[in-house]
Amino acid sequence: MLYPYKNIDLPAKATREGYGETLVDLAKNGVNVYAVDADLSCSTTTAKLGKYEANRLVNVGISEQNMIGVAAGLALQNRIVFTGSFAVFGTGRCYDQIRNTVCYSKLNVKIAPTHSGVTVGPDGGSHQMLEDIALMRALPNMRVLVPADYYAAKAAVSIAAQNDGPFYIRLGRAKVPQVYTQDFSPRLGNAYVLKEGSDVTLAACGVEVDAALKAAEILESKGIYADVIDVFSIKPLDLETIVNSVSKTNALVTCEEHSVVGGLGSTLSEALSQCNPTRQLFIGVNDRFGVSGQPDGLLQKFGLDALSIAEKTIKFLNS
Amino acid sequence: MQEYSTEKIKQISNEMRINIIKMLNCAGSGHPGGSLSCCDILSSLYFGGSFNFDPNDPKSKMRDRFILSKGHCAPALYALLSHIGWIEESELANLRKQGSILQGHPDCTKVPGIEVSTGSLGQGLSIGCGLAHALKLDYDKDAPNVFVLMGDGEIQEGQVWEAALFAKHYNLNNLIAIVDNNELQIDGNVLDVAGLDAIALKFASFGFKTLECDGHDIDALKEIYKVALIQDKPVCILAHTIKGKGVSFMENQAGWHGVAPNDEQAFQALSELGV
Repeated sequence: MLYPYKNIDLPAKATREGYGETLVDLAKNGVNVYAVDADLSCSTTTAKLGKYEANRLVNVGISEQNMIGVAAGLALQNRIVFTGSFAVFGTGRCYDQIRNTVCYSKLNVKIAPTHSGVTVGPDGGSHQMLEDIALMRALPNMRVLVPADYYAAKAAVSIAAQNDGPFYIRLGRAKVPQVYTQDFSPRLGNAYVLKEGSDVTLAACGVEVDAALKAAEILESKGIYADVIDVFSIKPLDLETIVNSVSKTNALVTCEEHSVVGGLGSTLSEALSQCNPTRQLFIGVNDRFGVSGQPDGLLQKFGLDALSIAEKTIKFLNS
Repeated sequence: MQEYSTEKIKQISNEMRINIIKMLNCAGSGHPGGSLSCCDILSSLYFGGSFNFDPNDPKSKMRDRFILSKGHCAPALYALLSHIGWIEESELANLRKQGSILQGHPDCTKVPGIEVSTGSLGQGLSIGCGLAHALKLDYDKDAPNVFVLMGDGEIQEGQVWEAALFAKHYNLNNLIAIVDNNELQIDGNVLDVAGLDAIALKFASFGFKTLECDGHDIDALKEIYKVALIQDKPVCILAHTIKGKGVSFMENQAGWHGVAPNDEQAFQALSELGV
C-alpha cells in the first residue's frame, strides 16, 4: 500500500533502541509483556523492561536454548514473552527449541534478538547473522517482521505483542538512518510503497530500505524511475502490493542485509514465480560470511549501499 | 485429587501397559521400552494423592502441571489420559495414524491434558522452569507444582543442565524433575554410550534435593512425591526402573526401545499382563 513518505532529516537510531522502550510502554499500558534474555540484556535493551519492573525480565545467563524453553514456560502461564540475545545465537543456537517447542506448540513467544546483519560491524563474521530470515520464515506458525528503522521497530514490537503466537523480529545494533516518523503505524502483512516510478521495483527490508530510497534518487538523476517498497512484513507477505508494482515495471531488484539464500529475494521470487514471473536481481550477501569492519564500510564492501544498488540496477536494466 | 489405594494404582498401571502394547501393535511402530518403564511413575503421580488436577477440566487454573519431556513415551501418557477420560479409549487404536489426534509424539494443540508439545529431547525441564517461575510469580506460596519427566539417556542433552542452573538460581521449589532411570538408550547402556553416571550427585551439585526410589514400587513412589512437595528447593527424583517393565522379553532390552510388537509378540505380552 502507498505510504506518504517524506524525506526527513532525523538523527540516526538503532532499531534495537526501539525494543526495550516499547516493551516498557506496553507494560505501562497493562500488556503482560515479559522478556527473557541470555546475559545480553543491556545490548538488546531488554534491560529497560527489567528496570521498569524487575520480575518482567528473566535473565537465564549464557544459555540460549534454555532461554527459549523458559520463555515457552512463561508463555504457558499467560505471558507475552519476548526473547533476547544476538540474532546468531538467538535463532541459530536454539533453532530446534524455537521449532519444536515454540512453533509446534504455537506459543505466545516473540523471538526478537538484536545484532542481525553485517552492520554488527567489528565483531566480525561469527556475530553477523545473515541467515535468520531464511531460518525463521521456514517455520510454520511463525510471522517475520523486518523493521527498516527505529519507528518501524517500535511498531513491530507492538504488533507482535498484539497478535497471539510466534513472531520473529529482526533487529540491528548499528544506528541507521530514519525512514519514518512516529506516525508510522504499519500493519501485519503489509508492504509499503514509499516512492513511485514505472521503470523498476526496488523491494527492500531493514536498513536496505533507506539505501533503496537513496538509490532511487541516484537513478532518478539518470532518468530511471523506481518504485521503492518496504517489505516490512516478510511473512505474511503483501503479495498484492508487490504484484501491482512489478506488473507495471516488469523488473524487480531485491535489497537485503541478509544472505541471498532464503531471504527477502527468495521470498518474493518464490511468490512471484507462481503468479507473475518477474526478472529479478538479488542484491544481498552472496552466500558468504561477513567480516570485521565499520557498518558503513561493510555495507559498501558487500555492495549494499545506495550507490552500489543504483549501479547494479542500471546494469541489470541494460542487460 | 484423592489418593487411590496402592492396589487400585497397580491396576491402572497394568491397564496402561495393556493399552501401550495394543496401541503400538496397531500402530506398527513406536517406543515400548520407555513407555512401559514409566507407567508406575505416572500412575502413582496422578493417583497417589500428591498431584492436583480436576478430571472434569484439563485446564483448571490451579492444576499441577506435568510435562513429558521424554516425548517418545507418548503411549504411556495417552494411556493415562485415556484412563482419566480426556482421550476416548477408542482413539488409542489410531496412534500414529493419519488423521489421529494421537501423534507419534505429544501435540498439545490436539490433545487435552498435554501442557506442551515435546519430542525433541532435553527441552522439558527448561519449559518447566519457565512455567514454575511464572506460577510462583502469580501465586507465591500457593503456586501449583510442575513435574517434568525425563529419561536418563535424555539428560545427556546439555540444555537439561542449563535448566538445572536456572531452577536453583530462581529457587524453584515447586519444580520436580523425575528421571526415569532405566539405564538404557537406543544404542545401549547409558554408561557405555555416554559414560553417564552419578545422576543424583550431579543434580545435587546443581542445588537440587535428590530423592531415589524403586520406580515400580507404588508405595515408595507415593511417599517420595509427598516428600518432594515439602522441600524448599527444586527436587530431582531418581526413579530406578526397568525398561520394558511388565513384558518379560522386553525387559532390560535396548532393542525394544523403538520397535513395536507384532501380533504374536503382542499376544504373548498381553497374556503376561493378564489379558
